Amino acid sequence: MAQMILKMILNGKPVERRISPGDTLLDVLRGDLGLSGTKKGCGRGECGACTVIMNGKAVNSCIVPAPRAMNARIETIEGIGTVEKLHPLQETFIHCGAIQCGFCTPGMIMSAKALLDKNSNPTREEIKEAVAGNICRCTGYVKIEEAIMMAAEMIKRERRK
Amino acid sequence: MLKDYVRAQTVDEVLAALQKGDARVIAGGTDLILDLQAEKVSAEILVDINSIDDLQNIELVDGQIRIGAAVTHQQAAESQLVLDSAPVLAEACRSVGSLQIRNTGTVVGNVINAQPAADAAVALVALGAVAEIKTENGTAYQPVEDLYTGVGKSKIDSTKQLVTAVQFPALLPNQGSAFIRLAQRGALALPVLNVAVVASLVNHKVEWVRIVMAPVAPRPLRAVEAENMLRGREVNEQNILEAAKAAAARANPRDSALRGSGQYRKSVLETLVKRGLSEAFNKAQG
Repeated sequence: MAQMILKMILNGKPVERRISPGDTLLDVLRGDLGLSGTKKGCGRGECGACTVIMNGKAVNSCIVPAPRAMNARIETIEGIGTVEKLHPLQETFIHCGAIQCGFCTPGMIMSAKALLDKNSNPTREEIKEAVAGNICRCTGYVKIEEAIMMAAEMIKRERRK
Repeated sequence: MLKDYVRAQTVDEVLAALQKGDARVIAGGTDLILDLQAEKVSAEILVDINSIDDLQNIELVDGQIRIGAAVTHQQAAESQLVLDSAPVLAEACRSVGSLQIRNTGTVVGNVINAQPAADAAVALVALGAVAEIKTENGTAYQPVEDLYTGVGKSKIDSTKQLVTAVQFPALLPNQGSAFIRLAQRGALALPVLNVAVVASLVNHKVEWVRIVMAPVAPRPLRAVEAENMLRGREVNEQNILEAAKAAAARANPRDSALRGSGQYRKSVLETLVKRGLSEAFNKAQG
């Protein structure tokens, strides 16, 4: 099979990888790049576990053809916060108990980040709409919504400093 | 087996690439990628149209709203032009899948995938949208309504043709629209039924109305008898009720494990059409 070179800005750093034309973005992230934080759930764009941010927008990486990511800015959970300094969303998800089994969490946080990057003052309805494509079978969503609300507050406070 | 993936920069490049063997257009790909994986569709070359500048726009040209083939559902749902002058389409686009799907799937792809209840397509039929179809031989125009040959089957052959845009008249102040959707949840849920209505009033009488219902036939179904019945009539409850009855009588919803029984859907449909007509007429009256 023909091979292609994919260049993208991944979590702020330029990367280059050899890919096959039929690869999905998720295949490339989890495979050769070893970024297994992004999860493969349904593989059909229905569960949101594979959500990454592509050029500022939340997408299901399991149905994005990898070659389309050429020259794109891609953000994954690995690019969010560090062990020493967590992203506000990571902190509030822990604080609110918004994580149970954790499988949906990376995708959930990427959807929430895409929202907060654009809208630092979301309503509950806006939060629900932003994460409606991320299925969580454990939490019942209430704590997730609370965590996102709280993260929005934290981010606003940090900006004021 | 996929051998190449071409990110075309111009429409001509797409048409040239389609000449080279087993090639197929890909827009958002939210359905096509799954169909390729399931081997329902095959291609050796995919021609991606998302980087073509000319296909990115939502614009108003001579009273017509034109939506390029690379415009996503979310872009259409957030477009001020669409919100102001074709709210039925904004609402339909907003009800598709989830944000991730709306950020990827395109409005034109929603038509070409030819699912009878595809929300954006149902709204486009109600708006009287026309598709601009390009081939090596030139450009043709066909009503979106006429592009269906069966469930999931479009007249458009994506191995030879490219739909570059859909266009439809922007609504005028005496016109109104409504999109009514019944589903099990607010997101990631197939419509049990959806109804789109676009109406034009003159002196409190119906100048014309378009009523589209789905999925009750292999294509978004126009309720032609009900539309004709309302033409020239006054807007009142009696006329709306009669038209809703006539519309539902034309529909033939099947029993479906996912959507409910045909009998249930037929009886609910009448109410949905009634609501759609009332809302569209109210908006047309300002």
